[in-house]
Amino acid sequence: MQNINDYIPVVGPSVINELFLLAERVQPRAVQNINSTAVGGGVAEILTRMVPLLRQLGVNAKWDVIKGNDKFFNITKSIHNALHGADVTISKEEWEYFLEVNRENAAELDLSDDIIFVHDPQPIALIERRNRRDAVKWIWRCHIDITNPQKEVMDFLKLYVEKYDSAVFSAPAFGQEMDIAQVLISPSIDPLSDKNKDLPQETVDEVLERLGIDKKRRLVTQISRFDYLKDPVGVIRVYQKAKKHIDCQLVLAGGGATDDPEGMQVLEEAKSAAAGDSDVHIIFLPAGSDVEINALQRASTVVLQKSLKEGFGLTVAEALWKAKPVIASAVGGIPLQIKHKYSGILTYSIEGTAHYLKQLLHEPSYAKALGLNGREHIKNNFLITRHIRDYLLLFLSQYYEQDVVSL
Amino acid sequence: MHEPFHFYTESHLVRLLGLKAKNTLELLEGMKKVPASSIYYHTHRFLQQHHYLSPEPPNDFAYWLTNILNLKQLGEAFASVDTVDFRNMEELRAEFIGILESYPVKNVVDCPKGHEFHFMACQTFILPVQYIAHNLHEFADILRRISVSSLYFHIFESRMRLERDENDFQAWFRSIGKNELAQSLSKLDPYTITLESLRGQILEMVMKHAEH
Repeated sequence: MQNINDYIPVVGPSVINELFLLAERVQPRAVQNINSTAVGGGVAEILTRMVPLLRQLGVNAKWDVIKGNDKFFNITKSIHNALHGADVTISKEEWEYFLEVNRENAAELDLSDDIIFVHDPQPIALIERRNRRDAVKWIWRCHIDITNPQKEVMDFLKLYVEKYDSAVFSAPAFGQEMDIAQVLISPSIDPLSDKNKDLPQETVDEVLERLGIDKKRRLVTQISRFDYLKDPVGVIRVYQKAKKHIDCQLVLAGGGATDDPEGMQVLEEAKSAAAGDSDVHIIFLPAGSDVEINALQRASTVVLQKSLKEGFGLTVAEALWKAKPVIASAVGGIPLQIKHKYSGILTYSIEGTAHYLKQLLHEPSYAKALGLNGREHIKNNFLITRHIRDYLLLFLSQYYEQDVVSL
Repeated sequence: MHEPFHFYTESHLVRLLGLKAKNTLELLEGMKKVPASSIYYHTHRFLQQHHYLSPEPPNDFAYWLTNILNLKQLGEAFASVDTVDFRNMEELRAEFIGILESYPVKNVVDCPKGHEFHFMACQTFILPVQYIAHNLHEFADILRRISVSSLYFHIFESRMRLERDENDFQAWFRSIGKNELAQSLSKLDPYTITLESLRGQILEMVMKHAEH
């Protein structure tokens, strides 16, 4: 468990002092977070870190999890996919069951805290329990990419979202035409987590040796689960184009469910595209391989993120935090993390990515400058301390309407 | 006895307005109806988010026009507006509207799908920090330690958004009889310097005058 003061060496004392000052203003209010799972997935991961840190700052933050069975979670999985734009149909009966489970949870939960902070669509209909006569503030936090949601599903959810006081989204393009306040809060990385903390060189070397990677030669890496949208075959094509001109090795490493048939198919296709090249390392990482991911990123000469579609793309922030030069597709939240040619490279094609990869491998001083600018940008904008500050401001904003608030 | 200088800091919560533009006409339309805090956000965000020297255009409008619509000349017109010369957001908005209105309608092109300009705004929270300076030596010592948000507040926020004639540091220097120091600070264009360089330059000026 991290202590809030452990972040002082990372971001400086003034940033942490200011968090305490803001938290003091929030303190009389209790904040109840509600989501659908205590473990697994990005939302649970961030709440696991965030709630204890908020409490250390003096905020009465709580966390409850709604209950549901397989039928409920199959429906919410379909809702999730529809928000991502997938063509799925949710029947009237399924919607009714979804609402019924929400109502059962609403009846069991104590929803009397000052601020009810609901995460993602699964518990969205708890808002039906809202009593307009009490002063409880309701906030809905959407962690999903809703750039092109399926209209029917979005319209249904909007009936509930618009009953909240505020909705929070992760990227500018996710904002909706709605009559309630909408807030932009980007996700963040934790610089002290196993995935991002400083590692001794021996640990990095040990991981490379274990995975059969030559530490003396240039290393190009993409860390992603095996998914068509991460374009691993495209990454291999990029490497093959660059390799004609400059020696390097490629690592494609990531996790994914072993029972996910599509993931295994993508992995096989990547292996086939590598055509037996012993400098291409395709590594399936089991869950909990955070130190391995950290070591691979730290050992990299250049990091790629050649996604075809991306929610936010926090792997970019992870690599930039390690001051690595990153070449990434200009999709999802990636342009928020990289300004082309100053804190990384944004590309649109295999050819473009290969061109810049050759350039960065040939020009290490330019590559280094990109990485250092990138680290600075992540430090100022995408660390968990900024995320905590935004949450404190979000809580305060429920009580002030004016543009400039003197606390 | 002079009044001491009380340091403050500030934080922004970013608001999405659910309004976007795909070409210069829609940008103009949006610019006319968004709240002043949106003009403020899109012209000042870069100062706090990019602490290293970024050669990209100094406001979101200029960046979008130049890099997304590929309208280099119009983008440059936006980038070269001297924000420091404007007293408030309405004056700045009027300047931008004037530039867009003089742009020929026949040249209007749409951006690629997914690269629209999203109008945002911000809510600013101001709060005191525990530092108080009674003289220039104390002022310099504190200036070294405050956050960039605090520095930003006293230089930009107080003048541009709270519509004061000069920034807080200038006003205090003048109040303690350091007119020359206030004058030197007024010559700085803080929009073309990173916050850390700004801190360094102000420190240098203050130390020079503290010795007299």
